[in-house]
Amino acid sequence: MRSRWVNKATALHLGVIAVLFALQFVLPDYHHVNLARVMVLASFAMGYNIAFGYTGLLSLGHAMFFAAGLYAAGLMALFAGVGAGGGLLLGVIAGLVVAAAVGCLALRTTGVSFMIVTLMFAQAAFLATFYFGEYTRGDEGFVIPSNLRSLFGLSLVEPTTRYFVALTLFSLCMAVSFAIARSSMGRVLAAIRENEERTRMLGYNVFLYKLVALVISGAISGAVGAAYGMLFGYVGATFASIQYSILPLLWVLMGGAATVLGPFVGTLLMFYLVDISSGFTSANMLIVGLALIGLILFFPKGILGTLRERAAPWLP
Amino acid sequence: MDFGPYLLLATLEGAVGAAVLALTALGLSLVFGVMRIVNVAHGAFFMLGAIVAWWVADTLAAGPALNFLAALVISPLAVGAVAVLAERLVLRRLNYNPESTIVATIGLLYVIEQVALMTYGPDARPVVAPLDFRVQLPWFGYSGYKLLVIGASIVVMLAVWWGLTRTRIGLMMRATQFDSETARAFAIPVDRVYGGVFAFGAMLAAIGAVLVVPIQQAHYLMGNDPLLLSFIVVIIGGLGSLRGTVLAAVIIGLSDGIISVFFSPTLAKIIATLIVAMILVIRPKGLFGTQSA
Repeated sequence: MRSRWVNKATALHLGVIAVLFALQFVLPDYHHVNLARVMVLASFAMGYNIAFGYTGLLSLGHAMFFAAGLYAAGLMALFAGVGAGGGLLLGVIAGLVVAAAVGCLALRTTGVSFMIVTLMFAQAAFLATFYFGEYTRGDEGFVIPSNLRSLFGLSLVEPTTRYFVALTLFSLCMAVSFAIARSSMGRVLAAIRENEERTRMLGYNVFLYKLVALVISGAISGAVGAAYGMLFGYVGATFASIQYSILPLLWVLMGGAATVLGPFVGTLLMFYLVDISSGFTSANMLIVGLALIGLILFFPKGILGTLRERAAPWLP
Repeated sequence: MDFGPYLLLATLEGAVGAAVLALTALGLSLVFGVMRIVNVAHGAFFMLGAIVAWWVADTLAAGPALNFLAALVISPLAVGAVAVLAERLVLRRLNYNPESTIVATIGLLYVIEQVALMTYGPDARPVVAPLDFRVQLPWFGYSGYKLLVIGASIVVMLAVWWGLTRTRIGLMMRATQFDSETARAFAIPVDRVYGGVFAFGAMLAAIGAVLVVPIQQAHYLMGNDPLLLSFIVVIIGGLGSLRGTVLAAVIIGLSDGIISVFFSPTLAKIIATLIVAMILVIRPKGLFGTQSA
């Protein structure tokens, strides 16, 4: 029984990637760029989901990990001429190191304290981008020179390459999420989320599991940050602001926490909701606010979470 | 100016900041203490208070003193009404689950901020101070209004303390904070206490905002700094401890004022946020707190 479910789930996820692959041939230019952006942001949300969805670590500081990767890649490109490949690697390392350092401290707290501690660290990181404005150029940000934005000799400025890189990143993140959700480690993480004390009593090193989950989550966020900088060419302090910690939370909540595809569904919906609404109002964060309240009130499990509960229990 | 008078000026500026901060943080602390929820929209209530104050002064146009007094009455009432509405429509339905309410109040923060942007606009506008005299010290003149702010804040805090410890409503609030189940068993209308506390917390923020508009202009993003500082104060003071909150507000307000006069404000903020994070890591109950977050 279980193996058939696994197959069904594997088929669904491979199918999603295949559809995304095929879509690039039919989509008009505007949506082509948008979808590439959505896939990159959805990868960020999937990274966030590993901490928040699977482990129950409600972090309000993921912008810090995203920005760590973004600035690692961006600054090294600007000042040392490092290209996209090196930039991505640096992004992973930066996200990993920052997450490990923050995790060692912040994971000593739980619940509301954890949210506030991560928020405070992220705020300090955000302010640091202004304090070192000489290099980062603060709010204004800087543009990564387009000659450095190439991977294996292919220019990332080119929409087709960009789409491919975004899709590859997205597929990799999905594979990691899928593997964690199916692994024994994923089960321990879920156990920690449901009842931390009981898991500790069973003899698991809860702190270590939470740290590993946060580090994986941070490394993915860092990689996505670096990829975002390399693909779209702009690095700025906005990406370190609290808004970029809240957005992945919103996307994951909307799509369904602790589902592999939920972050993508949430990101896609929210992206187009804001995109369409910005046609007639400049206050498009209003939509984000209303969506947050509406979701937490009526769909606390998100779209795929509700679907899994009602119709498709095999959804990972 | 010599170092002595310069320090005095910095201390005075810090004291004004501390006075407003203490009111705002007291509101946040009451809500956390009684309802056990973190209200992220607290800064938005602060901002709303300032904008309503500007709106009252602009519509009334009856001279600075009268404008200000009217704002001081109307603004907290209006903000309190919004808070009651939010509590009824959203928080109550979430059953005050700590994590859900944080997400919901983040949403509320965006809604209030964006509605303010759509109606009030992106400009910063001042309210004229109700009195216009300077206290002449031997070294420099100091705004009399700022001294009034310090006095008004102390009066409000004493009133809150008196209300909490000496009145029946205060007793109900303390009983709910201590043990809401038992309080309910003793026929205390816990739901109404929650609604009242949430509104009262927002009103304290609004009072702080009305006091601050003549010094700092009303702007739709002005709530972010007070929110962060109030968080810091409530955490350092100990989540749920009112005495700790006031003490921490004085310490942080003063040091924020003094540090930002002598050092780069960005560096001061970085250091302050890191210190707060570390305090929470080492002592999750805060410096004076008895309950964990």
